[in-house]
Order: sequence, then structure tokens, then C-alpha cells
Amino acid sequence: MNQTVTIAVEKHRDYIGSKIGMWLFLFTEILLFGGMFLIYSVYRSVHPYDFHNAARELSLIIGTINTLVLLTSSLTMALSISAIQKGNKKLSIIFLILTIILGIIFLVNKYFEWDAKFQHGIYPDSPGLLKRKEGEILFYGLYFVMTGLHGLHVFAGVILLSIMLIAVIKKPYTEFSLRSPHLELFRGSRLAAYDKNRREFWKSELIDDYVKEIIVTFKYILTKEKVNKADFVQLENSGLYWHLVDIIWIFLFPLFYLIT
Amino acid sequence: MEYKENEEKVVSYGTYILVWFGLLVFTGLTVTVSGMNLGRLSIIIPLLIASSKAGMVIYFFMHLKYEGILFKVMLFITLLVVTIFIGFTFFDISYR
Repeated sequence: MNQTVTIAVEKHRDYIGSKIGMWLFLFTEILLFGGMFLIYSVYRSVHPYDFHNAARELSLIIGTINTLVLLTSSLTMALSISAIQKGNKKLSIIFLILTIILGIIFLVNKYFEWDAKFQHGIYPDSPGLLKRKEGEILFYGLYFVMTGLHGLHVFAGVILLSIMLIAVIKKPYTEFSLRSPHLELFRGSRLAAYDKNRREFWKSELIDDYVKEIIVTFKYILTKEKVNKADFVQLENSGLYWHLVDIIWIFLFPLFYLIT
Repeated sequence: MEYKENEEKVVSYGTYILVWFGLLVFTGLTVTVSGMNLGRLSIIIPLLIASSKAGMVIYFFMHLKYEGILFKVMLFITLLVVTIFIGFTFFDISYR
């Protein structure tokens, strides 16, 4: 005997709200770096020639390579999200791994760049730097703080994307449980699951008087048909963060490496 | 389990690659321009190019093109605040 019992399933997921929250966080980041760009531009207007001379010592080649690396990583990030929206989990994972690798390449380049500066005796508060003109000291102070803070953001982004990688590999299925609200309805029967062709593929134990609770957990494996916005909103939000880090570099690059 | 949500706009791979190519062209352009001696323009042009690049990333990569008016207004207010910060500080500096 088959009897269908309808159980209401509700899982609240706020896709728009989740994205608004991420954008609000990004705005605080824009204001954080905006403050630093403000300090930079004020000191630049006060010491134009010192800034000009100091900027010439930075490696334009490493700066340009890092710009290309970050721009490309933004592309692979966007492609990764598009891939998962199309239900192509494998491609999404490949693009995500590429993004992480490019982020690491950026940090390695940064390491060599800073190391070269340290070798020349230029680091915050170093004797070699303090002997220079005031504007050059300010330039290198801003350089280390701003690219350093940006580097920390890249580092945080790499960790965030690695967590997302694990989440994408393990998940994109939605999972939810329901506890039977009307246990008495099921007493003396079994729960069964059927596939499309009404073939039974799973049957529970007999629900007798000893059963106190039924928990049914559904897992939806990601497929093209089943793909749902809420499944990738976390990946999308991580992508937003990654793109913002890229945008900050887009401004750091001309200010420190180009305007000489 | 059936619940409807607005269809998410799925951007094609080609669009993204085109935007990326544009970003590379702009990077090449800004590096080339920095080699020339253009006086005051040598500050303004790189910043204009950087702003265009940032705009492309926000508009396409960050999906602002496909978001509702709320997101656009929020971003506009943030950029306005930053502009006021920087603008008013420079009013102060230039008239000291």
C-alpha cells in the first residue's frame, strides 16, 4: 500500500541579501584603501620630485608582470563562476585552481621584489633609507604599507579561494534535513524512495513504537538542471573579493611603478 | 522543492575573454604612455586608464551590469564619499 504524505520543506536562502552583505564589506575595503590613496596623493603633491625619483627605482618589469598575473587571475575567477553556473563542476574546479596558482605567483613575485629592495638596504626605518630625502622616505613608507596591505589581501584571498575549492569539490549539492512533524502518520509503515520510473530504490526499517524521530536528509548533486543560485553564491562572493583585490592593484600599479 | 527564482544571467566565456583582452590592451597602453614625457598628462592619463580598467572589472567580472539598481546606487554612494574625501582634502591643501 502506498500513501503519499506531503511534507512542507522550507529552507530560507537569501541570495540578494548575501551579495549585498559582501558588497558592503567591499565598500569598507574601498574606504580603507581610499584613505591610503589620499595620503599618497597629498604627499605626492607636497614632494613631487622625490616621489618621481624614488618611483624610478621600482622594477617596472615585475610590476607589469604582476599586473598581468592578477588580471588573468580575475579572468579565471570569473570563468570559474560561469562554469559552475552552467553546471560544469570540473571546469569550475580547474579555473579555481588556476586562480589560486596565479595568486601564489603574484605573492612569490612580490617576495622577490621586496627582497631585492631589502638587499639594497631599503626597508622601513633602515639606515640607508633614513639618509634619503624626506619625500623618498615617505614614498617607500607608503610603498611598503600599501603593497604590503594589498599583499595581505591577496594572501587572504588565496586562503579564501582554497576553502571555496574544497567546498566546490565536496559540495555543490544542497543538503537539508526534515524532521517528521507528524510521526504518528508513519507509525507501522516504512518510508520508501522512488526514482523517476517509480522504481523503489530505498526502503526504511519498519517505523514502530520505538521510533521517536525521523530525520530525512536530501542531497542534491549539482547537475545542469539542478543548478541553483544559492549553490554558488559563496563562490560568487569570494570572486567579488578577489576582483576587488585586483582593482586595488590596478590603481597601485600606475601610482607606484608608472608615474615617474 | 520547486521554487522559482529569477534566472541568473550566465555570462559566456567569450565575453570574459574579450574583457580580459581589453584589460591587457589597456595595461600595454599605460606602460607605453609612461615611457613618454607628457608633463601633467603623464599623471592624468594613467589614472584615467586605471579607472577604465577598474570599471571594466566591476561592470563585467563583478557582474554589476546584471545587478539591480540597488547595487549601482550603493557603489555610486561609496565612490562619491571617496571623491569627497579626496576632493575636500585637496581644497584644503591647495589654499594653505
